Amino acid sequence: MAKHTLSVLVENHAGVLSRVAGLFSRRGFNIDSLAVGVTENPDISRMTIVVDGDDYTVEQVSKQLNKLIDVIKIKQLAKDESVSRELALIKVAASATTRSEIIQIVEIFRANIVDVSKNTLTVEISGSTSKVEALEDMLRQFGIKEIVRTGTIAIERGNKIIKVTNNDEE
Amino acid sequence: MRLTGAEIIVECLKEQGVDTVFGFPGGQALIIYDALYKYSHEIKHILTSHEQGASHAADGYARATGKVGVCIATSGPGATNLVTGIATAYMDSVPMVAITGQVPTALLGKDSFQEVDITGITMPITKHNYIVKDVNKLADVIREAFIIAKEGRPGPVLIDVCKDVTAAEAEYEPKPLKTPQEVLLGVTEEEVAEAAEIINAAKRPVILSGGGVSIAGATEEVRTLAENAKIPVSTSLMGMGSFPATHELYMGMVGMHGTKTSNLAVSDCDLFIAVGARFSDRVISNVSMFAPKAKIMHIDIDPAEVGKNINVHHPLVGNIKKILARINSRIEKKNNTEWSEKIAEWKNLYPLKYTKDEVLRPQFIMERICELTKGEALITTEVGQHQMWAAQFYKYKEPRQFISSGGLGTMGFGLGACIGAQIGRPEKKVINIAGDGSFRMNCNELATAVEYRLPIIIALFNNGVLGMVRQWQELFFGGRYSATNIDRGTNFKALAEAYGAVGIDVAKPEEVDAAIKKALESKDRPVLINFIIDKDDKVFPIVPPGKPISEIIED
Repeated sequence: MAKHTLSVLVENHAGVLSRVAGLFSRRGFNIDSLAVGVTENPDISRMTIVVDGDDYTVEQVSKQLNKLIDVIKIKQLAKDESVSRELALIKVAASATTRSEIIQIVEIFRANIVDVSKNTLTVEISGSTSKVEALEDMLRQFGIKEIVRTGTIAIERGNKIIKVTNNDEE
Repeated sequence: MRLTGAEIIVECLKEQGVDTVFGFPGGQALIIYDALYKYSHEIKHILTSHEQGASHAADGYARATGKVGVCIATSGPGATNLVTGIATAYMDSVPMVAITGQVPTALLGKDSFQEVDITGITMPITKHNYIVKDVNKLADVIREAFIIAKEGRPGPVLIDVCKDVTAAEAEYEPKPLKTPQEVLLGVTEEEVAEAAEIINAAKRPVILSGGGVSIAGATEEVRTLAENAKIPVSTSLMGMGSFPATHELYMGMVGMHGTKTSNLAVSDCDLFIAVGARFSDRVISNVSMFAPKAKIMHIDIDPAEVGKNINVHHPLVGNIKKILARINSRIEKKNNTEWSEKIAEWKNLYPLKYTKDEVLRPQFIMERICELTKGEALITTEVGQHQMWAAQFYKYKEPRQFISSGGLGTMGFGLGACIGAQIGRPEKKVINIAGDGSFRMNCNELATAVEYRLPIIIALFNNGVLGMVRQWQELFFGGRYSATNIDRGTNFKALAEAYGAVGIDVAKPEEVDAAIKKALESKDRPVLINFIIDKDDKVFPIVPPGKPISEIIED
């Protein structure tokens, strides 16, 4: 099983997320992550869906998504031709003795500390999924209290764009 | 002009050429029904006994005519009662528009009286659905819904309209009817040429003609292909009538209850050409053993069907009528003498058969119905053994002649569908082949048939058991008949008469013809013929579940 990233342009109105999510569950497709937000055109949202599955699954997912009236366009993003990012907030236990060590690790990862209390630090990290996971791994020894992740968003490299019209690229 | 939302709904139905709708009123649909009252000279509303009946009737109407079936219900239970009918239409690609009343926008989401989230409920069983909260969007939503229902692979669309929207006024401008866009999917000339070449080179080709052939009106193209390249043809259940059963190249249905000839031919063929079919599990059974020697060519309008259930070597996605026409122009006329002889030999060795004795056999009844209607009646069915006998022993000549719930397998579908089909095709004799189990589910619609003076015939195959389930219990569950005895002493003749229909009891083979003839004479009353058949009659051949279709139990 491999991870595949799909970028999906959808109509920006109520119920669309439910249609997409419902399709995945009833067809038995596994969503690794799904991130959605409005695009430069307020009538259109863009979903980045990371699917766990073989080529058959990804093909089926794409075809079935294409049948949804609210789905405008789907493109599978190739790993080496796209940039993907994920944002995570990690609340980690920190005492007077461990605080500086944590800060050091955070700096190595070029992450930020966005909140501090007597016995916790909250770290903001953005990067590839593997980078986020690596930081999480490093912080685990101190005791992670809470993690929240946005799921991956991705965009193609270079001047390629996904347009609503029939042409894929310009 | 300024109209209320309800009037806009009816005006838009008129725009779409709708002259008949099926439905059942209720609180949140009151204003829509008030508009229907006003327009009753232009749109005929058929009031059913139950919303499920309305949905099946709209479905049967659509299948019989090719037009979009329309059904209307109120919110809450009215809407949920449509659900089985919508799911049935969805599985069999039937164009349908369901309009439901909804609580006023201000009461949405408050668990109001008769409120249900019907768009949420029907999301997986509609091509698309809408909830309309703004009267200014209503007209365009309805227009779009009809386009979606018809376009590409047809299917049901639901429009949920809040009550205040039906009351509110808006400017309405009639718009000319937009024809659905042709689904333009790129089948290149090279692909067509390649397909033709493969067909020309095949030694043992088989065509599977599915429901899509009827929908696309591609019967002639399939026939031309089959005749020119001498390809034997099987149909799926949905494809019944898409290729004439009387044609010498016809092998019968394929799959679980297919003919032995069809199943052997598929298992031995070197090229399997599926046209407008979706490789349902009832057709392919064991996927790894299906057509093991064949290259598979799949011609269909829905790209998502290609490669879904089976690996396809030659996909051709688009309008099947046009693709076939392009292929046909490149087909060389030829005789596959060896293959034709093999098929003829199988047909000779393995005809569909049944015991001919003094017992009243369901297969015999089907043959008599076929004979006495000259094979020209529209046949609707419920679901179960009788459905398979209706598929096996009636010789369908035309598409839209066999109307049956293939995908969802909805018991209780037939009577509503029969009513819809009769209303859509008043010139035709329409016969619902029913089992007593299925009939009992929705027999309330007899009242509808009586009210609208429909001369439909219900051929009730009454064996007092849920025959198909019982057959499985006998073959695969050691004869443990769990919950399949439904003989509760119901007097079906009297039941029909109580509704105002004609009832006839038939228990012996020699009574069959007279009963059918009498029923066929009825001009304005439904007739129920209660055929008492044996509970141990079975549907053969049968391929046990999970087995390759070449492993056939014949009797």
